[in-house]
Amino acid sequence: MSRSALLLLADGRFPAGGHAHSGGAEAAVGDGRITGAATLAEFCRGRLHTTGLVAASLAAAACLGLDVVELDAAADARTPSPALRTAARKLGRQLTRAARATWPSTELDALARKFPKGAHQPVVLGLTARATGLGALDAAYCAAYESVSGPASATVRLLSLDPFDATGVLARLAPDVDRVADLAAEAAGRAVGQGVDVLPAASAPLSEIGAEAHADWAVRLFAS
Amino acid sequence: MHLDHTHHGAPAVGADARRPDGTRRALRVGLGGPVGSGKTATVAALCRALRDELSLAVVTNDIYTREDAEFLLREAVLPPERISAVETGACPHTAIRDDISANLEAVEDLEDEVGPLDLILVESGGDNLTATFSKGLVDAQVFVIDVAGGDDIPRKGGPGVTTADLLVVNKTDLAPYVGSDLARMAADAKAQRGELPVVLQSLRAGDGVADVAAWVRGRLAEWTA
Repeated sequence: MSRSALLLLADGRFPAGGHAHSGGAEAAVGDGRITGAATLAEFCRGRLHTTGLVAASLAAAACLGLDVVELDAAADARTPSPALRTAARKLGRQLTRAARATWPSTELDALARKFPKGAHQPVVLGLTARATGLGALDAAYCAAYESVSGPASATVRLLSLDPFDATGVLARLAPDVDRVADLAAEAAGRAVGQGVDVLPAASAPLSEIGAEAHADWAVRLFAS
Repeated sequence: MHLDHTHHGAPAVGADARRPDGTRRALRVGLGGPVGSGKTATVAALCRALRDELSLAVVTNDIYTREDAEFLLREAVLPPERISAVETGACPHTAIRDDISANLEAVEDLEDEVGPLDLILVESGGDNLTATFSKGLVDAQVFVIDVAGGDDIPRKGGPGVTTADLLVVNKTDLAPYVGSDLARMAADAKAQRGELPVVLQSLRAGDGVADVAAWVRGRLAEWTA
């Protein structure tokens, strides 16, 4: 495994479309649930332990070689909001393109053929990690970190939040990210023998509801 | 660089000139420039000028609304299925230069759904003088400025003014009202751009978009040669 590949894949500048999405932060800002650094931290903590844990376990499972069609269905089942499913597939399609261009792999080509309009992003992320030779825990780290780094950088734009404060929020979440990545990788390991149903299904209903409302906003900075 | 395995039939990854089925993809022309310089009006005029001779489609990149796409729909310059809007997350230059994945998806979907296409116009959201299109997204780019934005813009240069394949100085009919010196703008543009072409146009008078349309036809002739 190459630690540099992990840095490249986890870099927010990796050109896979994430910059146009806020991870639910725009909806939360609109509802008054994120108003500054303290509430951003709470939002991110909640997201990390729900959406983040689910995404990390899907990514880890894909990295271990579980069937991507089954994992994609598992992601669908864990994403009640149609708007979020659409966003996840869009991001998955964009990551598929970037990953295939960066790390050509027959498994990624097969994924692109199977899901021409995109599989769920965490599944693609896990398969990408696999293509680079990274391990399941690395894939889980990527997904867990991404679940909070996206909202943090979006909030800098949405609230003109001090970027040092937003970065501090992420730094203080580091122990939580570690724990979530560990839990996700363990669950993925169990799924190898027991099937995808044992993967976590932690839900965040307010995020799902917020995403549905956000999709109807006429004026917004972010696609989701 | 060509890293794709398109012979396996999976979707393309980048700017390959051939689609996965081996046919030539559409020529992609980007239109960028500052807010309010007339990009959307130029796109609308180009559609009207070219739609009877070419199969074309448009991708708009709005910053926080769908205004540009809706303007084109309202003006009925093309059937709605030939106009696609990309959301840019408050960063129009990112979507056309640093992370082009959403735009690539939009152009490929248009080719799949309403193709075959000869030409796709990709309009950037209004941005600053440094915003240029990635070569991974478009084959040629037009930078649109206008006389009311200040006649010192060609002198200031920047990547858009200096390197775009075509520079359009729009709204020349307004020059007398805003005190802009067209001769100076043309001379400054020439000094910045050397042999690269410049068009001074008014969409409300004279030949309108005819010069830009002729330039696009020229690019298309090279593309299909």
